[in-house]
Amino acid sequence: MNIVVCMKQVPDTWAERTLRPDDSRLDRASVDGVINELDEYAIEEGLRLAEANGGEVTILTMGPEKASESIRKALSMGADKAVHLIDDGLAGSDALQTSAALAKVLGRTGFDLVILGSESTDARMGVLAAMLAERLGVPQVSLASKVEVDGSQLRVHRQTDYGYDQIEANLPAVISVVEKINEPRYPSFKGIMAAKKKPVETLSLADAGIDPGEVGLAGAATEVVSFAKRPPRQAGTVVKDEGDGGAKAAEFLAAQKFI
Amino acid sequence: MAEILVLAEHDGETVKKVTCELLTLARQFGEPSAVWIGAGAEGGRERLAEFGAAKVYVADGGGIEDYVVAPAAEVLAGLVARQSPAAVFVAATPEGKEVAGRLAVKTGSGVITDAVGLTAGDGGPVAEQSIFGGAIVVQSRVRTGTPIVAVRPNSVTAEPAPAAAGIEPAGVELTDAARAVKVTERVIAERGERPELTEAAIVVSGGRGVGNAENFALIEKLADSLGAAVGASRAATDAGWYPHQFQVGQTGKTVSPQLYLAVGISGAIQHRAGMQTAKTIMVINKDPEAPIFELADFGVVGDLFQVVPQLTEEIERRSAN
Repeated sequence: MNIVVCMKQVPDTWAERTLRPDDSRLDRASVDGVINELDEYAIEEGLRLAEANGGEVTILTMGPEKASESIRKALSMGADKAVHLIDDGLAGSDALQTSAALAKVLGRTGFDLVILGSESTDARMGVLAAMLAERLGVPQVSLASKVEVDGSQLRVHRQTDYGYDQIEANLPAVISVVEKINEPRYPSFKGIMAAKKKPVETLSLADAGIDPGEVGLAGAATEVVSFAKRPPRQAGTVVKDEGDGGAKAAEFLAAQKFI
Repeated sequence: MAEILVLAEHDGETVKKVTCELLTLARQFGEPSAVWIGAGAEGGRERLAEFGAAKVYVADGGGIEDYVVAPAAEVLAGLVARQSPAAVFVAATPEGKEVAGRLAVKTGSGVITDAVGLTAGDGGPVAEQSIFGGAIVVQSRVRTGTPIVAVRPNSVTAEPAPAAAGIEPAGVELTDAARAVKVTERVIAERGERPELTEAAIVVSGGRGVGNAENFALIEKLADSLGAAVGASRAATDAGWYPHQFQVGQTGKTVSPQLYLAVGISGAIQHRAGMQTAKTIMVINKDPEAPIFELADFGVVGDLFQVVPQLTEEIERRSAN
């Protein structure tokens, strides 16, 4: 089975993240880049499916040079190879353009399964799996908390507000996974050594056959008009419980008309 | 007047609160039309009318509700092509956002997700978003195609403005591709009579300080006294004390309630990302240094096992009067 895991490098969520004043883009330079946490679950699921059903796991990422560190980490977890779409012309692309670029590359690599984390911790849109499925014309099997492959059929638990839906679809397909699905492995020493020799193909826009007019900040379908740091919340009232903390809390709620 | 399409969230009978909020918002930009996927539109019509839907486009039959996301996107795309609306609003639920994403690809339009407010700008709606764990507030807009905006529940207060809500068939034929992913069973987890987490006006969440699964009964009891939903921090769901689908935070649900009570939660950025846009925040924690107190409109430094039962009892007493 040819499994491609789409991975995004994001700023570490523990760091202070900001936008750049000149073009309202994410300031990637000032913070450490890490694998988007939900994509680690996607990588793990890809590895497990390949181990159980045979096949190969390819990591696909779009991002600047710095993203190669995250690619190595994904390879050290056990992925077989990677494709890195890297081009200055991609900078500032929105979700619509990103999905177009990734779909183009996926058309080249081919796939039985594309796996993504259900959202990134920076943009948090949660739309990429849906957009990729739409562009590739294959089933969208998203928000998966459990995945079973049976021949060419997929049976998946799709997380819902009320529990989950059992859903079915045929391969090839696009899957997105939620955090509940598995426990991502840590790279082993052997894995780290082996990753150094694994092939990473770098593609420019021209290599991938992507029209530069289709991607990048200038052609994005959405734009940031302005942004500002959230004004600090007004300091609230904090009381120490001296046997009446619950009653005081209730008084506050009553004053605010919650009770 | 410009038409605004609003995808109705419903359970086959009742319209969800968020849809009334979206209709209220849509009235600022034009005349809202609701779009109803699946059976039950007649039952939901009254509430759609109350909150200002001029029309209700219905796509029903063929088991349309048994397929995932793609049918709603096809129906909306068909309506966008036919009606040329000024914008399309959906609820920023995981599924609503997926519908928005597919619709954006189908119509070549920009999509904005997780708006917490919308105002009229020169070139259409300007959406306010709260990003990076609530640290930054962004105003953004769509500049290509039909603006598609996914709006978070509780972003506005729903206000009635009666309209006709005339039912019309959507008149969109589904393709086979829309039927590629079929729901074979819906499994409903026990959540009692509590409101849905992302929709609830009040959310009570427990964290590491709660200590174990049994103690979550205290959180539930407090929630029930307020008619609130129950949430949990990642520490609590990772420990298996409360089911994962109730996790509030960076890797879980994002909530924006009128009132958020954080009990025994330290307030790591992971958690704050999921609740920082709550209107009023109350904190109960024994550690006065816990970062969550920075967000508190009202905080109690104390042992939750003392404070929470007293608070619950006091709320019940006041509510009974």
